[in-house]
Amino acid sequence: MATTIHEPPQTDPRRLPDPNHSGNGGWRNLTPADGDLRLLQDYSPPASSTGIWVVLFAITMMFAAFSSALIVRKGASLDWRHFTLPSILYFNTILLLISSVTLEVSRRRVAAFMGGLKSQAASPARWLYITLFLGLLFVAGQYAAWLQVSAEGVFLATNPSSSFFYVLTAAHALHILGGLAGIVYVIRKLGKSVLRRSTLDATARYWHFMDVLWVYLLLLLWMKL
Amino acid sequence: MHDMSAHAAQHHAPPTSFIRKHVFSLDHKVIGKQYYALALVAALVGMVLSWMMRIHLGWTAAAIPGLQMLSKNGAPGGVMTPEYYLQLMTMHGTIMVFFVLTTAPFAAFGNYFLPIQVGAEDMPFPRFNMMSFWVTFVAFLVLVSAFFVGDGPSLGGWTQYAPLSAVGAVAGPGEGLGTILWAASIGIFCIGQLLGALNFITTTLDLRVKGMSLMRLPLSAWAWFITSCMGLTAFAVLMPACILLILDHVAGTSFFVASNLVINDQLQPHSGGSTLLWQHLFWFFGHPEVYIAIVPGMGIVSHVLITSMRKPMLSHRVLIYSMGALAVLSYMVYGHHMFVSGMNPFSSLAFSFPTLVITIPSTIVVLMWIGSLYGSKLRITSASLFALGFISMFVSGGVSGFFLAQPSIDIMLHATYFVVGHFHMVMGVAAMFGIFSGTYFWFPKMTGRMMNETLGKIHFWLSFVGTYCIFMPFHYLGMAGNVRRYSAFVVEYMQPLIPVHRFITVAALITGAAQLIFVYNLIHSRFWGQPAPDNPWEATSLEWSTATPPPFDNFGGKHPVVYHDPYQYGVKSSVGDYVMQASPEEVATVNEEK
Repeated sequence: MATTIHEPPQTDPRRLPDPNHSGNGGWRNLTPADGDLRLLQDYSPPASSTGIWVVLFAITMMFAAFSSALIVRKGASLDWRHFTLPSILYFNTILLLISSVTLEVSRRRVAAFMGGLKSQAASPARWLYITLFLGLLFVAGQYAAWLQVSAEGVFLATNPSSSFFYVLTAAHALHILGGLAGIVYVIRKLGKSVLRRSTLDATARYWHFMDVLWVYLLLLLWMKL
Repeated sequence: MHDMSAHAAQHHAPPTSFIRKHVFSLDHKVIGKQYYALALVAALVGMVLSWMMRIHLGWTAAAIPGLQMLSKNGAPGGVMTPEYYLQLMTMHGTIMVFFVLTTAPFAAFGNYFLPIQVGAEDMPFPRFNMMSFWVTFVAFLVLVSAFFVGDGPSLGGWTQYAPLSAVGAVAGPGEGLGTILWAASIGIFCIGQLLGALNFITTTLDLRVKGMSLMRLPLSAWAWFITSCMGLTAFAVLMPACILLILDHVAGTSFFVASNLVINDQLQPHSGGSTLLWQHLFWFFGHPEVYIAIVPGMGIVSHVLITSMRKPMLSHRVLIYSMGALAVLSYMVYGHHMFVSGMNPFSSLAFSFPTLVITIPSTIVVLMWIGSLYGSKLRITSASLFALGFISMFVSGGVSGFFLAQPSIDIMLHATYFVVGHFHMVMGVAAMFGIFSGTYFWFPKMTGRMMNETLGKIHFWLSFVGTYCIFMPFHYLGMAGNVRRYSAFVVEYMQPLIPVHRFITVAALITGAAQLIFVYNLIHSRFWGQPAPDNPWEATSLEWSTATPPPFDNFGGKHPVVYHDPYQYGVKSSVGDYVMQASPEEVATVNEEK
């Protein structure tokens, strides 16, 4: 199999590169002819920053699927019974919102600390622990809601409305547990002074998203159930 | 403490122990090879299942020796019962679509080559990457375990339509535990693929080296990126569907089972569910899934053909936009699987129109290939032959899609062998040819040895002729009224078609045997093949500018800098008629991206 070297094709002279500049990168000058690479753009966002948006998109699609299943199932037959949401859910929502605030506080303190501020007025780790505690309290509160509902004789299969109540709250709670694992990871890294800012930012973004997702789910359940 | 660059994210020390090097490896190259091995095993299992199905279809009363050992009730004396035929068919479809067509072109080759083609040392989340393979592996084990439990695997088809799939064991053998295992396996599989998609997308967006703009990515890298975006959206919808299906089985819920359903004189306890809901959820995933199966093949074929033609495609940009258009449109067409499902007939219009529109980017891609091939002096290798075969299969299988896209014709052709012929050619065989093309092309880089070209060409011709002999007659059978998913054809009008089925069975067995040539070639070349140079195909993309096989961190500690577009062939340079992407040499380049 011989290597065939062809004559370069006859190109329209207007398309040929300017002889005063290299052909590399064309007019966008991606790699300068003089070899000075300092002018070349070399910045990418940190991988965890892009990664967390990818994760959040997938989670959105998952809950979109559940939401559409709820809407379709509700319209499919006449057996849908109204389901009153236990009031502890609203208290849990407040807890989750506060935990987002505390996480933001800790994130800004860590960022300031990383930026050089030497003030040790309130250790950022403390606020992370508070967030963790509030998150655990949220999950416990959700479990209490399930106990309350099942004590009234309403279980997973009792009615399609209760099915979706359990499925949606359980799916969300599982993702919250994942977020708590992320916060534990951040606390450990901070303790060893090897925390990357991008890791903390990504974890915070995930947690805030869980917050917004819960508010959406609460609205959906309140409106539809 | 400053924020380190993105490149630091995938730094991990070279492994030392055997377990860390070859089993629980963080290295994307090892993970890619593990996926390939899984896909190979799955393909052989799926192929054997198809042989058993084909033998039964041709000779319904025949006893298949040994089958009774797999299932005493399903195949007493080796003669398949109708239920067992459906069980084998379900497993054939599930294994092939999920564990071969999604795994090999996307997860296997993508994991191995995407980081190298963008110039990275590894994926940004190596532990998630390792997890994605092992999760997929566990999913495969869970699926296959269904053969050995209770009354066997599920018989609902890979599509698992409700209510058959949701009512439980009363519906037939394998419908209890078998379906639960199916749904659990696929749910686990979704998690693995989501983790993989996370890595692919982040690699493409964040880990490109200096000079590697998005438009300078090779077409295979673009294909993997677009596929991972599709996978992210599609698998995230299939997982909740599987969860709801499992709940219908084990928790007594009624998501998918309607009221007043009587099976075997028993009124089912479910009520109020929507059987159509399952179809909507499944096909919202299912149609993008078939594009997930084919788009990486398009990328591989483009990549191989350009290298073999020694000239770039007519337009790099148009191919990328077309693949992107396929991805976007794939979400709008899923209802074409549901034309006869009983949903609002006007919705058929809403789905038929985008289905016809989606043929446009597919056609553009094919015309780009054919138009670029015209006037080129193609180097004939096993890889380029399979790439040409891909185009042939994609066109032959694709044109039958034009008919199926029209609801009026689909009413006649739905659930016939016409559909089976369509998807086997356009997705099954075409994607397999893409996998073969990629294997023959990249084997030298992965192993440091060349595959046997003579055996490769024999493999191609036998497969090419063989698959046409198998799947072309399916279209005729479908038009003659041959219904699909039947284990035997006892009706009067079907009898003249039995000889066609027998011909197909013989062709299938011969073509299947021909694949053993490939397996032999793979194994033999791995240990005793001709040693391969670093760049045996005189190719330009970054994977060819590194050592063979690539070192642990892909580029031996030096990050390459990209100076050129990916497909500078037909130029005059110091090495020949091409200039590599990472080569700083200045040449008069062609079709420069503007």
